[in-house]
Amino acid sequence: MATTALFRACPRTGLQFHRSAETLIKANAVAAVLALLLGGVLALLILLTRWQAVHLVGANDFYLILTAHGLDMLVVWIIFFEIAILYFCSSTLLKTRLATPRLAWLGFALMVIGTLTFNAAIFSGQATVMMTSYVPMPAHPGFYLGLILFAVGALIGCFVFLGTLIVARNEKTYEGSIPLVTFGALTACIIAVFTIASGAIILIPTFLWSIGYVKHIDPIMYRTIWWAFGHSSQQINVSAHIAVWYAIAAIVFGAKPMSERVSRSAFFLYILFLQLASAHHLLSDPGLSTEWKVFNTSYAMYLAVLASMIHGLTVPGAIEVAQREKGYTRGLFEWIRRAPWGNPVFSGMFISLVGFGFLGGISGVMMGTEQLNMLIHNTIYVPGHFHATVVIGTTLAFMALTYFLIPTLFQREMINPGLAKWQPYLFGFGMGVFTLAMMGAGTLGVPRRHWDITFAGNPLAYEFPGTAWLMLGVMGVSGVVAVIGGALYLYITVGSLLWGKRLPGGGYSTERSVLRMPVASAMTGHGHAGFAAPGTFVFALIFLTAFVLYYFVNWKYLSTVWGLS
Amino acid sequence: MSAIMPPAQRVWWKQPLDRAEGAWILIAFAWCMVMFFMMPYWHVYGKQNLSSETYRTTPEQFAKKAQAMVDQHTVRVETEQKIPVVKPPVGSDVYLIARLWQWWPMLELEQGKSYRLHLTAMDYQHGFSLQPENINIQVIPGYEHVVTVTPNRAGTYAILCNEFCGIGHHTMVSRLYVK
Repeated sequence: MATTALFRACPRTGLQFHRSAETLIKANAVAAVLALLLGGVLALLILLTRWQAVHLVGANDFYLILTAHGLDMLVVWIIFFEIAILYFCSSTLLKTRLATPRLAWLGFALMVIGTLTFNAAIFSGQATVMMTSYVPMPAHPGFYLGLILFAVGALIGCFVFLGTLIVARNEKTYEGSIPLVTFGALTACIIAVFTIASGAIILIPTFLWSIGYVKHIDPIMYRTIWWAFGHSSQQINVSAHIAVWYAIAAIVFGAKPMSERVSRSAFFLYILFLQLASAHHLLSDPGLSTEWKVFNTSYAMYLAVLASMIHGLTVPGAIEVAQREKGYTRGLFEWIRRAPWGNPVFSGMFISLVGFGFLGGISGVMMGTEQLNMLIHNTIYVPGHFHATVVIGTTLAFMALTYFLIPTLFQREMINPGLAKWQPYLFGFGMGVFTLAMMGAGTLGVPRRHWDITFAGNPLAYEFPGTAWLMLGVMGVSGVVAVIGGALYLYITVGSLLWGKRLPGGGYSTERSVLRMPVASAMTGHGHAGFAAPGTFVFALIFLTAFVLYYFVNWKYLSTVWGLS
Repeated sequence: MSAIMPPAQRVWWKQPLDRAEGAWILIAFAWCMVMFFMMPYWHVYGKQNLSSETYRTTPEQFAKKAQAMVDQHTVRVETEQKIPVVKPPVGSDVYLIARLWQWWPMLELEQGKSYRLHLTAMDYQHGFSLQPENINIQVIPGYEHVVTVTPNRAGTYAILCNEFCGIGHHTMVSRLYVK
């Protein structure tokens, strides 16, 4: 079997693609990008409605579109792309055949059918329940069924990935341990299995409830288990995009981890603790004990946060070390000044890293603090936070990786590289200001998922402070910039696949190849108990200062509100 | 050799740490502990902690208790819908109903005094959002959540709904007076 598997070695990078894996990676990536296109159009409509001065679509359409946007982006775009990453990190990086390609296609088909099913339910107007679909608000059974089918498909993808790791080990396609990036993908996969199981545990009874076989679904139970699916799926993203950061650092700079032990331990902490985050959504709920909230919301004493802070140092640290070894040693920061800022693979990845840490990370820990959560629960601060993590963090990292995959995997020359150079900046900075403005508005009490903050026609209407309106205006303008950045990405990727010049891809054979990227000339053995990344360390201290200040500012604010006990 | 290849050293876990990494891990860990202990600390010394006192309830049971309070302590009615404004005794149990798409009744509280505020939803989930104070609490049908509130400033407050509860969600807003 193994000897008859066909491989193609990319002539530019030496990366090796198993034919079945290659087609599957392409199919999943294309499905992801199509979902991003749909979700992006919906995003623009939502943006232009919540920008209260424009207030584009009606209330019915707004809530419907918001439901579809959440699922098509957060679930469909991201998980299709992650399945592509899983196949890439197993089959390609381990130079092995993909296990059971037919099952992988079955998983793909289920995901496509699931997507179509729940979108049909939503766009028919019978499932305007937001992506969280909190019971007892009912949705059309097709809504839950579609999600379940999608989840089963994704689960099959996870097992194909695990199977491929086993194939690689049995057929000895690599020596020693799996690469760090594959280990990160494995982390994502383990969390995904947990996540999808939680989704099934709650969505299957809810589906039965929607068709009348189950009488009652307890709303607190629903929230607790649904969020073990809803929030944990964001932890898949975190693990996956951090794996992508490490991969891009390796691809662009030939960087190797400062220490395998530290980076792998950090991923391991994710596996142990990251799933507890269900609690983040339940801190302002009745019915759960304080001890449960405190333990779970802090991921068991912030050990998963610790892991993220470690990756935040070790990824740029690895780049710094690689750059210094190339001779960019002047001062603390020459290594970063002389980085290839015009290469969208790098700039996208780096903006993703900084944005994820400063905007998504700090805000996430603040709002995940038991008492502080009351200050922002269900305000527009919440989407502000998760657009920083999932859009700047995950989506931008995936975009950056795409620019690498266009020539390597799709064998096309990128059209319009001049435009691609600017894309990560437009998208990243647009989203950055957008998320900050949302967080600002949320701090002033503006609710999320709300069509009209003027409460028009209600004699009891509340008037939000002028600053809140200003924030929504800033959100509108910067959101449009981000949408333009997103459209550029779609134009460049889809355009390159359709009209890009074909590049020689290398023929298929049963031969295995050697990597030809910068890594081939990479250095051996650092992590020699020196102080190899002083510049990154300074960045980390700046980050910590911002973190500490923001954290305590919020405690100060909390201390001024009504007494609650 | 690089992050996308198997580690060059077979025994990679014995490789010594770089000091930049080691120092950062210690600093980050210390900070994580500070953040963790802030929560129990605030439960002991802080004045803003969300109660976890919760009971099961039904719409009928809760409506009965709310109605009894309204019958006894209404001081006036407001708006064309004649929503009662209730001025409950200091320290008493106060009932606030969340339903499509209204908070009922309206409350008038005294500054600096404490009240046991009971919250539940009659139908779907709702979100209690007190503005401009910006205190936000999830309100869930079937559960009666008792929160002791102590208003510290006089004024007219708004209560919004910030959990999506259907097509009229954005019209769900009420008032709360503190005198």
